[in-house]
Amino acid sequence: MIRFDHASKRYPPGIDALADVSFTVGKGELVTVGGHSGAGKSTLLKLIAGIERPTSGAVLVNGQNVGSLKRKAMPYLRRNLGLVFQDQKLLFDRNAFDNVMLPLAITGFPPAEAKRRVQAALDKVGLLDRQKAMPVMLSGGEQQRLALARAVVGRPNILLADEPTAHLDAETAADVARTFLEFRDVGVTVLIATYDDSLFGAPRRLTLHHGRLQ
Amino acid sequence: MNAWLAQHWQALALALRRLVATPVNTLLSLLAIGIALALPAGGQMLLVNALQLARDGAPTPRISLYADLAADRRAVQQIEARLKNHPAIKSAQLIPREATLARMKSGEGLGDVIDALPGNPFPDAFVVTPADDSPAAMDALADELRKLPKVEHVQLDSDWARRLHALLQVGRTGVVLLALLLGVGLVAITFNTIRLQVMASRAEIELSRLLGATDAFVRRPFHYFGVLLGLAGGGLAWLIVAAATLWLKQPIGELVKLYNLDFALSPLALVDSLALLGAAGALGWLGAGLSLRQHLGDH
Repeated sequence: MIRFDHASKRYPPGIDALADVSFTVGKGELVTVGGHSGAGKSTLLKLIAGIERPTSGAVLVNGQNVGSLKRKAMPYLRRNLGLVFQDQKLLFDRNAFDNVMLPLAITGFPPAEAKRRVQAALDKVGLLDRQKAMPVMLSGGEQQRLALARAVVGRPNILLADEPTAHLDAETAADVARTFLEFRDVGVTVLIATYDDSLFGAPRRLTLHHGRLQ
Repeated sequence: MNAWLAQHWQALALALRRLVATPVNTLLSLLAIGIALALPAGGQMLLVNALQLARDGAPTPRISLYADLAADRRAVQQIEARLKNHPAIKSAQLIPREATLARMKSGEGLGDVIDALPGNPFPDAFVVTPADDSPAAMDALADELRKLPKVEHVQLDSDWARRLHALLQVGRTGVVLLALLLGVGLVAITFNTIRLQVMASRAEIELSRLLGATDAFVRRPFHYFGVLLGLAGGGLAWLIVAAATLWLKQPIGELVKLYNLDFALSPLALVDSLALLGAAGALGWLGAGLSLRQHLGDH
């Protein structure tokens, strides 16, 4: 599913965000990525999503080498990924329903089926009754759950999340973590960058220290 | 197919929402485009009317043909027969020398002078109306008539037609020039408007790309935006020209009445209106495309 093969990422002027990282995550596996702030957790996720390309080594996702992927092919790789961003990246000019609709609009889903899927995803994160709400009217936890609904509405086979439970109260964090576990249980590969992996039920853990895997 | 249509419909709806979301900017852009396009469109309207007026109102160009003074009645009749049978001549009217003499005699103060002359100084003359009144055809016909036997002089009164033709040619070139310049202006306006739109939609564009949007998906609503802006601006230009036509109709009617002409100002023709809208939409699309190439860029 996901394989890093001696992957490094160096930002100018010579800062190694990731150095010689190798690991494999199989289908249906839930893995957390830990480490201090600036250890390279976000960079690792960005390499998988093709937001950054490795300086050396290879990153393979679904058997495709992300680093050498053509620009035109990148959108189709990303459609297999569900992304939960640290800053959520919700669009504040449209309501919850339309935020979750965006990935399906992008892939060109038939509208009627898309509507059912959006509502199912909102229901899954407990926001079905708030589908008309604008993001500013949602609490921090609700916004996080909305971002999660948007990540899973396209039924990706890989789910990537960057600090999805940060800034949430314990109860909401547990709710969100449980949702990730449910996706793992239906065969989705889940990779979560987090400080706190106790919520995710003793998963396999990758720890980064100054860009190197411990 | 259904999904493809839905994507285009969504892009169009998004473009409309963006137009409505910034009403002041939209209105200013529309005004700029509308006024810019109204100039060549109005020029075209006036030009078409001027052509119509020239065709209807101006006297038909004619050729005057004078026979040799020594030509006898038979020779003149032969000339007349040849003129009447000529395919390039619509009509030919004989003005006998006696008639000319009588008319000149009745003229103020000329009678005594003419009486003092030994004979009739006036030749038989013909007024020839050509079938084709284009300057080239009239030149050719005049040259041919000069070669007829017993023809002394052929006078072409097509100078005014040449001048009018040249004037209308200048007008036509002016309209084309104006259209080109202001077409470039329209592209520049759309270019800048789309630039602002792209900047305002940065977050959405970035997110869409992260979620797997193709370049086409990202660009589509902006292209629609450009086309809508162009079309609406073209529509506004059409309204401006239509209003100007209505406004000018009455004073121009008064003016042509003084010249005893039967003429009414016509609005912009259907073909020209469609060309205006088509060009406006196409230029909007082009401006959007150029702007996207510049401002969306490649990551």
